[in-house]
Amino acid sequence: MRLHYEVEGEDFLRAGEASAAVKRILKQLGISTEYIRKVAIAMYEAEMNMVIHGKGGEIDVTLTGEKIEITLKDRGLGIPDIDLAMQEGYSTASAQIRELGFGAGMGLPNIKRYSDTLKITSKCGEGTMVYIEVLLK
Amino acid sequence: MKLKQVQKILKAQSHTGEALLEAEVSAACGCDLMSDVLAFASDHILLLTGLVNLQVIRTAEMLDIKGIVFVRGKVPTEDMKKLAEEKQICLLSTNQPLYVACGKLYSKGLGEKGGS
Repeated sequence: MRLHYEVEGEDFLRAGEASAAVKRILKQLGISTEYIRKVAIAMYEAEMNMVIHGKGGEIDVTLTGEKIEITLKDRGLGIPDIDLAMQEGYSTASAQIRELGFGAGMGLPNIKRYSDTLKITSKCGEGTMVYIEVLLK
Repeated sequence: MKLKQVQKILKAQSHTGEALLEAEVSAACGCDLMSDVLAFASDHILLLTGLVNLQVIRTAEMLDIKGIVFVRGKVPTEDMKKLAEEKQICLLSTNQPLYVACGKLYSKGLGEKGGS
């Protein structure tokens, strides 16, 4: 199964809708709640990053019997130092984002915590691609 | 503990349908940082927070949280109430501060394994 979503940058009213849609589909497919939870948290954090930092972009989801793969391509400025961005507590988010309850430097570590594979590729000025894989155990 | 009891203990106002007050919670999490809730909260908990925006409802949805208590007299917006009704999440408001609200529920037996 393949799914595709378009995400708008800084649209905080709709932020999280793609993740909610995927969660709903996984539930309809009868997949275990433990697995759905991991996918929902990882994807929601990544989607929020795309809305907060990435000026929006596209999300492609592929679901097979073995795993779910989520690829997020944003239109942001890119991440100059990915290792630094992966550190818990490191964030470049504005005060406005912090008021939403995000931007505390937990997003990428959270995605790593709930996924089996996390790959981030980024070029300054060309945006960031985040690949998340969760194995269906 | 039923959300109906939570409402009574915290003298809270309900913003969503009566039927949602029948949901059971076994633990609670008091937190304003949604990323921490996502990182540490366990299943089917009650969330107590002073943060009022749509992302609180979205975060609850991702974690299958059935009830949210807004502390310090905070009231959810119409957008939040609409989304919560759609997702079957009960919204309550109490005038109690976060620390006191958590303490009252804890002393009445609501467990501590909710994370954060």
